[in-house]
Amino acid sequence: MNGGNVIVERERGLLEVERRIADLRSANINQRVDFSAEIAALEKKYETLQRELFGSLTPWEKVHMARHPSRPTSLDFIAQFDRFDELHGDREFRDDPAVVAGFALLSGRAVMAMGQQRGRDTKENLRRNFGMVTPEGYRKVRRLAHTASRLGLPIVTFIDTKGADPGIASEEHAQSEAIASCLYEFTQAGVPIVATIIGEGGSGGALALGIADHVIMLEHSVYSVASPEGCAAILWGDASKAEEAASRLKLTSADLQQFGIIDEIVGEPLGGAHRDPGAVIATVLGSVSAAVERFARSSPQELREARYRKYRRIGAWQTERQEDVGLPIR
Amino acid sequence: MAIPDWLLRRRGKNAESRDAALWTKCPVCGEVLYRRDLSANYDVCPKCGHHFRMNAYDRINMLIDGDFTEIGDEILPGDPLGWVDKKTYPVKLAGDREKSGISEGVVCGIGSIDGFEIALGVMDFHFRGGTMGTVVGERVTLLLEEARKRHLPCIIFTASGGARMEEGMYALMQMAKTTAAVTRLKEDGNFFATVLTDPTTGGVSASFAFEADVILAEPKAMIGFAGRRVIEQTIRQKLPDQFQTAEFLLEHGQIDMVVDRHDLKTTLVRLLQYTQ
Repeated sequence: MNGGNVIVERERGLLEVERRIADLRSANINQRVDFSAEIAALEKKYETLQRELFGSLTPWEKVHMARHPSRPTSLDFIAQFDRFDELHGDREFRDDPAVVAGFALLSGRAVMAMGQQRGRDTKENLRRNFGMVTPEGYRKVRRLAHTASRLGLPIVTFIDTKGADPGIASEEHAQSEAIASCLYEFTQAGVPIVATIIGEGGSGGALALGIADHVIMLEHSVYSVASPEGCAAILWGDASKAEEAASRLKLTSADLQQFGIIDEIVGEPLGGAHRDPGAVIATVLGSVSAAVERFARSSPQELREARYRKYRRIGAWQTERQEDVGLPIR
Repeated sequence: MAIPDWLLRRRGKNAESRDAALWTKCPVCGEVLYRRDLSANYDVCPKCGHHFRMNAYDRINMLIDGDFTEIGDEILPGDPLGWVDKKTYPVKLAGDREKSGISEGVVCGIGSIDGFEIALGVMDFHFRGGTMGTVVGERVTLLLEEARKRHLPCIIFTASGGARMEEGMYALMQMAKTTAAVTRLKEDGNFFATVLTDPTTGGVSASFAFEADVILAEPKAMIGFAGRRVIEQTIRQKLPDQFQTAEFLLEHGQIDMVVDRHDLKTTLVRLLQYTQ
């Protein structure tokens, strides 16, 4: 399922060098022959290669980085909270494993944590529908966001989905209404909301967990109005032009920070978050926790008001090009 | 249909020429129809009842008694992403303006319907497939805010292929912006209704379209989150014809009524009578 990932393919070349370094190291110890010079040379080659392969990524390469099978998932982040108790179900029909949610402790503070959850192998991906959430999943999100708001618990979300599930049953069960009701609940919640895009953020299915007082994005994650494949299919009737769509959509963290659509970028090690997940997760949780504490000082009314103003501003009025074409500025 | 003053001003000398194409063919029954007969029948095929996609101003003209004061009509699209594919985005927009006779995908304003003053928004599929970019989001938000300020009921007719790709994440964020405005309107006790027309999908259906107190739809309108083609590609089989029609949604508990276009005005007025 992860075949064709350009990042995974690149890593194969690196893996070979890694293996040779490891071989030489063990030979160095076992045979009492000094291979230090060879090891140093290989390490240098490894570093150069890594910089060449990952030093600067195109938008399309970032899409593949965001989809990398080893990239940390929502549960990998949530597992590093002080505590987590998963809660289940929409109270109407079923529990959707494509989204996880529950009470959690973050730096000693009780919060509601949630995120779309893709599988870490094929079997889990099938069970979790590749992180594509159904209406039942969104209703679980809405229910627990409401509970959090009522109990005064900050909401911490992790976004990682290609998009909402596009199936027959999802349409029968009102996917549109399910997503819309999440948006409604998140604009209304009188508690701090902090969202982090950790992998792929695709379309309304991602935004359903994305209305927040503070939005963080991992450096190589992507966030877009539709998946590049979807965009290419919609505009040009040809999903194979996804690479071109990726370059046009301005879906990288740097673009979106410039647009004022996200608030903070957390950097990744060379080669991506999965090269050092522990450090990346710790940095993200530090940022999330700091943001939660900052917004926790505001009253529910102040939070709603500030969130309204934040989203009210996004759009035509804040783009520079509006002025270029002589449009009225308010 | 007589053309009211506000519409004459809006369309200028083009007011009559839009009817210049004399004949049109019903895509459902194949009947060849005289354009004037069709518009006299609210763009509904007299033979089979097929509801043609309506121009926003024709729709407003059909509903509103006298004057219609537009909101946000001075707000026009920019090009925040500098989008280029076969054409640049501004060139595409110029073509849409030419084709549709409107300046963006929605027309919003205040007017009266059978004596009830309402805030009315009407989307038009002929402009970039009714997609929601920042202008549609801004105009709809201004309408909802004006309705709240003046304690008016708000009615929005939707027709949309979803979020507008050429404005990227700015377009997606309009779902958040319009939702925030709906939240405030409803908190203040205003009545909010939507009428879903063919088609209503994606970012519009998953935001304000399905956040209304009462949701109506026109017969056979295609309504859903994912487009039919996307679903067919995902499940690798053909979908039944009835799937995602207004009637299908009514049966599945997603909307309140399916209303023929001829009965829309009286139905909306009846609903407004309960909420005054």
